[in-house]
Amino acid sequence: MSDTPVLRLSGISKRFGPLRANDDISFDLKRGEVIALLGENGAGKTTLMNILFGHYVADAGTVEAFGEPLPPGDPRAALDAGIGMVHQHFTLADNMTVQENIALGTQSLWRARLDRASVRQRIAQLSADFGLAVDPAATVSTLSVGERQRVEILKALYRDARILILDEPTAVLTPAETDALFRTLKLLVAKGLSIIFISHKLHEVMAVSDRVLVLRAGRLVGECETASTDRKELAALMVGQEVKPAEVSPANVGAPLLVLEGVSTAPYNGAALDDVSLTLSAGEITGLAGVSGNGQAALAALIAGTQRATGGRISVAGREVAGWSPRVALDHGVARIPEDRHAVGTIGDMSVTENVIAERYGSPRFSRMGFLDWKAARHFAEKIIADYDVKCPSPEARIRLLSGGNMQKLILGRALDPEPAVILASQPTRGLDVGAVAYVHRMLLAARERGAAVLLISEDLEEILALSDRIIVMSKGRLSTPSARGERSIRELGELMAGHSGERSDAA
Amino acid sequence: MRLEAKPAPTLAVTLLFPLAAIVATLLLVSLLVLAAGASPFSVFYLVARGAAGSQFALLETLTRATPLIFTGLAVAVAFRAKLWNIGAEAQLYIGGVLTVVLGTGALPLPSAILIPVLMAAAMAAGALLLLGPAVLKTRFGVDEVVTTLLLNFIVLLFVSMLLEGVLKDPMGLGWPQSQKVVAEAQLPRLIQGKRLHLGFVIAIIAAVVVWIVTKKTKLGYEMRAVGHNPEGARFVGIPVNLVLMKTALLSGGLAALAGFSEVSGLKGNLTLDLSAGYGYTGIVVAMLAMLNPLGVIASAIFVAGIFVGADAMSRAAKVPSYIADVMVATSLLTMVVAILLTRYRIRWR
Amino acid sequence: MDALEILFTASFWVAVIRIASPLIFATMGELICERAGVLNLGIEGIMTVGAFAGWFTVYSGGDLWAGVLVAALAGALFGLLHATLTVPLGLSQHVVGIGVTLLATSLTYFTYRLALPEVTSPPKIEPFQPLAIPGLSNIPVLGEALFTQTPLTYLAFLAVVLVTWVLYRTPVGLAVRAAGENPSAVEAQGISVTGIRMGAVVAGSALMAVGGAFLTMSAFNSFFFQMINGRGWICIALVVFGSWRPGKALVGAILFAAFDAYQIRLQQISGGIVPYQVFLMMPYALSILALILVARRTTYPKALMIPYQKGER
Repeated sequence: MSDTPVLRLSGISKRFGPLRANDDISFDLKRGEVIALLGENGAGKTTLMNILFGHYVADAGTVEAFGEPLPPGDPRAALDAGIGMVHQHFTLADNMTVQENIALGTQSLWRARLDRASVRQRIAQLSADFGLAVDPAATVSTLSVGERQRVEILKALYRDARILILDEPTAVLTPAETDALFRTLKLLVAKGLSIIFISHKLHEVMAVSDRVLVLRAGRLVGECETASTDRKELAALMVGQEVKPAEVSPANVGAPLLVLEGVSTAPYNGAALDDVSLTLSAGEITGLAGVSGNGQAALAALIAGTQRATGGRISVAGREVAGWSPRVALDHGVARIPEDRHAVGTIGDMSVTENVIAERYGSPRFSRMGFLDWKAARHFAEKIIADYDVKCPSPEARIRLLSGGNMQKLILGRALDPEPAVILASQPTRGLDVGAVAYVHRMLLAARERGAAVLLISEDLEEILALSDRIIVMSKGRLSTPSARGERSIRELGELMAGHSGERSDAA
Repeated sequence: MRLEAKPAPTLAVTLLFPLAAIVATLLLVSLLVLAAGASPFSVFYLVARGAAGSQFALLETLTRATPLIFTGLAVAVAFRAKLWNIGAEAQLYIGGVLTVVLGTGALPLPSAILIPVLMAAAMAAGALLLLGPAVLKTRFGVDEVVTTLLLNFIVLLFVSMLLEGVLKDPMGLGWPQSQKVVAEAQLPRLIQGKRLHLGFVIAIIAAVVVWIVTKKTKLGYEMRAVGHNPEGARFVGIPVNLVLMKTALLSGGLAALAGFSEVSGLKGNLTLDLSAGYGYTGIVVAMLAMLNPLGVIASAIFVAGIFVGADAMSRAAKVPSYIADVMVATSLLTMVVAILLTRYRIRWR
Repeated sequence: MDALEILFTASFWVAVIRIASPLIFATMGELICERAGVLNLGIEGIMTVGAFAGWFTVYSGGDLWAGVLVAALAGALFGLLHATLTVPLGLSQHVVGIGVTLLATSLTYFTYRLALPEVTSPPKIEPFQPLAIPGLSNIPVLGEALFTQTPLTYLAFLAVVLVTWVLYRTPVGLAVRAAGENPSAVEAQGISVTGIRMGAVVAGSALMAVGGAFLTMSAFNSFFFQMINGRGWICIALVVFGSWRPGKALVGAILFAAFDAYQIRLQQISGGIVPYQVFLMMPYALSILALILVARRTTYPKALMIPYQKGER
């Protein structure tokens, strides 16, 4: 390992309005080194990488690659300097082949003809060298998530990347695929590449990195050799305080409130439900774990009413309900916290008031004979803002202008205020800071205390383990048998997530 | 460069930007006037005088604004819900057709009953005409822009067919025009001997009603929600497709009222030049008003003034009256940029 | 003549190819724009500009090919306007498209009136003449239909080959297709999405304008108002009908032209029993029908009509 850094960031700062996304961040990356960039969601990891990669321009600071300064705001320059990036959301064109995606931008745009032969040859070579098997002629839309990630890595290698940045690469992988990825990374490092591995998962960071940098609220708050630290120390650095798991009292399970019997759906966001049965009972939090894209989105959409079941039955409080829809769900006391706050949970260009009444604007409380009572609506908005501690300029402000945490608090307020019997919480803490996460957790636990049935869908296994009275694992559109708190080990859950266990029965 | 959301604009800013858009438009159009070898100042003065320089000019402008208020409202209502109704022209003509079909003696009713009946019939026809594209959009995913545009051509040919066939006036000396509507079907003039008619008042009332609907009612709320974020609207239980249907009915009906008002209030009969592109100009009117129904009144009068004024101007100066169309089209584009700038800040780095 | 016999005459197919030519140009133009993710509703106005610019260049003493070039440049200019507003500024492609059509059309009419204040009947030019390709044009029906056309028609077919080649066989074509599917894929590889999209709209608009110019310089020999007559909107339908593929769109354009040519002839032999307007409506009605038939089955470019901001994912 030579001492000259392959990458040096000096004094990087970036603000978005009042938010300091990055505040005077400096570090070096050495040849053959794996740095883990650890931090909560919103700590500024992605912003930093976007600056490094030229998608954003820093307000201050410089980036040097191999001793040469990198011109700001130019992705091309980063690529040419040998920096490759594997984004959390893949940057692949689904309508094109693997080979076309890899070749994109690697040959002069004005060539009269794409040289496919050399592309194919080079891909075959790289695949063999690094053990990244993928069919170059396959259309991307036909590939699995793991294969797509391999294509992303090949894209970087094809461009002779010497530095590889991976942004939350394991979020979409099964534990087995994650292991395979780690093997690939080891191979890359052995061949002299340097890697920045962005994550908020402590065990992965411990497993794969040489050195850990901890980001919190836009600042670099810690830097340590992986060998000389432990998870506890890292967690404390990352969160900035002693991490205390939420206090959970024993569950007081009541009657079944929402029952799905043998429901199936058409594919939705990558997976379909296949003959799924699920019972949610009063006073109990059911945690649904699983790797993204295994049908959680379909299940959430089904319960929310936006996706139709192709078969099966849905009953609420013992009675079958026909024609399930968002309206019917709401009318039966099913509250929904959607996965995507921006695209689904709120209407960004409408005001806080207009968003807060959205699920109940037709009720007598807010409307009379087709006319809306804006006064009542505003009062309600003010109440939610006060009760749920939302920071916003006024109820008239466009909700788009609120931070993620405040937006989520409003959605919680909207959903929980009518004291619903059933609560569907789909990735309710994704992208929130620690304080907001704790708040959401408290609210869900409080709802359970008053006897609501809660379904918590999350890709964050730690969250599931902390909150759930009962855990079910979803894999390939099917559910595992439920297990009580502490019954299955993380390893066992991991195997279920990978779909290894053939067992399958109705989670009754 | 990138766009960054700004906090809600103040009222002053909201009003300042449209003004800036109009100034920008005038500057751009000045170049054309110069190219035509005339002085922009004298041309703009002539346009202004032709539009509002006398009682006659002013009344003419208001008369011309009447159909534009209706089509502007039709577009404003539809665009709010992001239903891209580019077919106001066709809906206008269908409204005119219903007015002459029922207004030329088929219904022996007194004025006080006949006129509301004609209005209702025209609205129903226009509403149904737009319902087709709305259904195609929601059921089959066919883009309504293209279908409403194509329907404009189909309907105009259909009207031509009627005017050379069943609706042809036997006393029309062979011209493709319908009979005049009966006296009971005519809207009274607001001032004796002038062309301004009751249609203008109906248009103002329509604007107020539409304003109330959009601001105060559930439907208006639903329309806005669907327009801003259909997926989000669906999630909270708003029946998105139903709202789009209702929007289509309202929008088509309003555009058809323009046809009714032109036939009953001004022309008396149906011809193939009933509309001077009012359906298309309605898009500009609505955008200039930032889709605000009350703003539509002002922007329709403004746009009508440009057309009326430009007609007068082109008689005096040697600048083709098409300058009015150029001005109106330019103001549409400068206006959308202005609206963008009230909501976003452009950052160059 | 019998209604069926028409289909077997060479003159019918010659007309079909002639009618198809402007549609082919404009459909290819729209297809490029949409493949890059931009719906260009400026098409109707841009065709109008092209029709006028080409004709006026020749009328003012220019060469025919100079006319085609001027038309293309004029189209490109309006394409640049459209692209500037919709791509970096991300404004509604619907509203801007309609605005560009209104502006292009009114500017054309203004310029026409300014340049020719006195004329009552539109002046004529000497248009492109048919150029029989020796040998090939002697093949009965098919050869005659395809190879006794004007040079601009040959150019239209060349445009299809070129567009296909560029989209599927060149690096820039890859970037265009990716920009319409997932723009972040383009940016991640160091190519500017804004640049690709703007370039596609400008190039596509130039092709649309040449399609317009075909009408004044090859199909007819003068410019008159409203001569595009909805052809632009029909081309938008043809792009959907062709599932955003140049070959299929070409087939669509020819099918459409065949139908159009057929209705004209049917109109002549129908002896006025059916009003002529019914025949004239058919092309528009057919376009709507085509949209209904394919809309559900086809796969849209996923990023069509979605503005893109740098660094957004």
